[in-house]
Amino acid sequence: MAKPVEQRHRVVIRFAGDSGDGMQLTGGRFASETALLGNDLSTLPDFPAEIRAPAGSLPGVSGFQIHFSDHDILTPGDAPDVLVAMNPAALKTNLRGLPNGATIIVNTDAFNDRNLQKAGYEANPLEDGSLAEFRVQPVPLTSLTIEALKEFDVSKREAERSKNMFALGLMSWLYSRPTEGTIEFLERKFAKSPEIAAANVRAFRAGYAFGETTEEFAVQYEVRPAQLAPGTYRNVTGNQALAMGLVAASVQSRLPLFLGAYPITPASGILEELARHKHFGVRTFQAEDEIAAVGAALGASFGGALGVSTSSGPGVVLKSETVGLAVALELPLVILDIQRAGPSTGMPTKPEQSDLLMVLFGRNAESPVPVLAASTPGHCFDMAIEAARIALKYRTPVYLLSDAYLANGSEPWLVPDAADLPDIAPEFATEPNDGDRYLPYVRDGATLAREWALPGTPGLEHRIGGLEKEDRTGNISYDPDNHDLMVRVRAQKVAGIAADIPEQTVDHQEGANLLVLSWGGTRGPVAAGVRDAREAGAKVAHAHLAYLNPFPRNLGGILRSYDRVLVPEMNLGQLLKLVRAEFLVDAVGFQRVRGVPFTSAELAGAIERLA
Amino acid sequence: MTELPVLSAKDFKSDQEVRWCPGCGDYAILASMQGFLPELGIPRERLVFISGIGCAARFPYYVNAYGLHSIHGRAAAIATGLAASRSDLSVWVVSGDGDALSIGGNHFLHALRRNVNITILLFNNQVYGLTKGQYSPTSPLGQVTGPTPMGSIDWPLNPVSVALGAEASFVARSIDTDRAHLTEMLHAASRHKGAAFVEILQNCNVYNDGAFDHVRDEKANRIVLRHGEPVRFGAEGERGVRLRSGGDVELVDVADVGEDALLVHDAHGEGVATAFALGRLGYPLPGPLPIGVFRDVVRPVYDELMTAQLEDARATRGEGDLDALLHAGDTWQIA
Repeated sequence: MAKPVEQRHRVVIRFAGDSGDGMQLTGGRFASETALLGNDLSTLPDFPAEIRAPAGSLPGVSGFQIHFSDHDILTPGDAPDVLVAMNPAALKTNLRGLPNGATIIVNTDAFNDRNLQKAGYEANPLEDGSLAEFRVQPVPLTSLTIEALKEFDVSKREAERSKNMFALGLMSWLYSRPTEGTIEFLERKFAKSPEIAAANVRAFRAGYAFGETTEEFAVQYEVRPAQLAPGTYRNVTGNQALAMGLVAASVQSRLPLFLGAYPITPASGILEELARHKHFGVRTFQAEDEIAAVGAALGASFGGALGVSTSSGPGVVLKSETVGLAVALELPLVILDIQRAGPSTGMPTKPEQSDLLMVLFGRNAESPVPVLAASTPGHCFDMAIEAARIALKYRTPVYLLSDAYLANGSEPWLVPDAADLPDIAPEFATEPNDGDRYLPYVRDGATLAREWALPGTPGLEHRIGGLEKEDRTGNISYDPDNHDLMVRVRAQKVAGIAADIPEQTVDHQEGANLLVLSWGGTRGPVAAGVRDAREAGAKVAHAHLAYLNPFPRNLGGILRSYDRVLVPEMNLGQLLKLVRAEFLVDAVGFQRVRGVPFTSAELAGAIERLA
Repeated sequence: MTELPVLSAKDFKSDQEVRWCPGCGDYAILASMQGFLPELGIPRERLVFISGIGCAARFPYYVNAYGLHSIHGRAAAIATGLAASRSDLSVWVVSGDGDALSIGGNHFLHALRRNVNITILLFNNQVYGLTKGQYSPTSPLGQVTGPTPMGSIDWPLNPVSVALGAEASFVARSIDTDRAHLTEMLHAASRHKGAAFVEILQNCNVYNDGAFDHVRDEKANRIVLRHGEPVRFGAEGERGVRLRSGGDVELVDVADVGEDALLVHDAHGEGVATAFALGRLGYPLPGPLPIGVFRDVVRPVYDELMTAQLEDARATRGEGDLDALLHAGDTWQIA
């Protein structure tokens, strides 16, 4: 008995439950099913820093939001159309910002006195009329799951734990998702416990069947595949893309990858991912601290590896002396900063863009370092290769910025062919360059990069260090003019990279006098906000920066060609300061530091006020 | 097989003018090293000296090999990355008591416990020289320096104790001016696979002159450890070391206890207790002080373990294929 099917162009669903309820897994599986169906999608996990906050408590709520559509989309969605709330705490923490008329699917079994009390509810919100403006669909998820699994040889507790799969099954039916992938996934995941695997599959199927048969759900929805560029796609998070990008950079540079890292949220996933790629010759080193992590990476660079260190702001700050040394040594080094909200420990799982000025200027003395920023999860792949290219070609440390939003958020990614990736292999010195002597600070006339001679090369033995070096010879020098020269040459070398990066592109609109200038992980929300503002009649152009130092060579001209420049950032105006100082333009900022991505609506509002 | 060119000490001198204070113990260590390196038989291009900051840290500039003068305390970390990724190199870390035990204490511990294939030389002069004479983590209690006008109140670290406590597989001590013994220790350290640690008692004649005179000048106070031999010292070998119940060691007159009662030194034993007790002999200074190899045991070496995992991964999964990596997991086609 098929139910009526309604078409939707786009849907935002948020799965929310206790940390132990498996919401990330549930959301991840729903995203995979959605990807296989061919929808465009964007996801945003939202989990607490605590691994297991007390069960049922407000801080213990873990969420996963997915936005999917039949057209291209840019963000995980401002607010959910459907909230799946596994307990009262999940309901309470996610009600804020839920639009009127949104659907709430609740696990009624979890709304007992104890859980209500833990969530701070004095009365049961399912009964007191406080949810009147929403469409509440009560489902006794826990008891239905236990009932479905009564023939299985699993404990009641284990049966209960499968309620997330019941919920996933129900949502898969509701939005007409394919189920084979999830069943295969469960069989693979629990291969060692076939009974648990079978129980989860049964729970998943029972949820699906419940949707088909229950009268609670009268309509099934369908979101048709989106028109995406042809090719092979997979769903990637920013951290996965960074890890793959680093492996690709190693292959394309023909240098072994050496990763030095210390565990830190939200960057640890890159270390763990790369540790699984040893068959690429990848050496991963979990160091004793952040300083040793980057130190070992620099030591490996000295030996001819592609040295990389990954961290987040509170760890990056500890690396600054070593980055300064790499500036002086003029050795390649890639440092990834997966930014999170701060200062200090801040909010470890929440995104922010507030490390820009730190990576640019957070070192002693004149210490120029190229800075790049990834725009989307998939873009992380390209920028990892680009960061390595610049580091290797110019013998310089390079910072690549991502953030907690890109790190864990995912999107469909058009998988590139390895054959199409750039060759970034550096050349090494093999011969003396001054008669029979080898001088380590002889530079290439075009790039100003010094030669790179690896230990093990006969006849090129040399010493380098953090003390100021004499031009060409690299000998220790306190000569005033030499220091002035070396400071300027290092600065020129980095500034000169502007000639070797793409010109800035602008998404211009005829008649626009307002330019929105954004950077890094806000690309999706800002582009969506620009789109919304245009639909509302505003004339607005948009430029999104991936290169923060040096800036693209045409950026000044672009900025000066608009009457007004709006710089939205998840900080208190860091890029804003830079462009005002660098280009003398009277740009204004739009800033939010709430630890959550911009919504397109708030950006559209800010744009419409200026356009 | 091609003959290696025969090198001499002069071949390991760089063209840089040595700039330590006249009379500094570092000169003697440098001369011993430059005399030792030709005997080592490793081509110059495969030798790398890495240092941190401090007087000792200038060492790499003066040795004609590959060298990296880095940042304060971090040499062991930087050397770890190099040694872990380049098994073909002979990597030497040159540090001082402040560099290795204060600001770099953490890296020092972890390089030793990982058994990274490097040799760490710690020039211990019990003072910060390059910053003009502040007390260091090995300065004895009561040492008067600029920041301690009324004497240091910081209990000192004994570098040998720290190294043994950090699970070091090779721990030795020598003296800057004892060229023969120091050369012997450099040989022993270079033969050791994994992290080798050598404390070198070094005189800072400007800020802490005479700190080790009781062993530098008075050879009778040097307790020279030799594996498999009874531990004896003194001008005529008339004194010795005996193991006490409870694991400590004590100094004895051989005439009183007889040679059979003396501790027979075992540098290769599993247990570390006796080496630890020996390392603490003579502390607090001054007193007769053991020099030689305290401990030299075989343990898996970091770069070999790391390389073995890469080889295992390649053997089981094949050489990494970038296209396969990029296309892994759930993929779908858009026509």
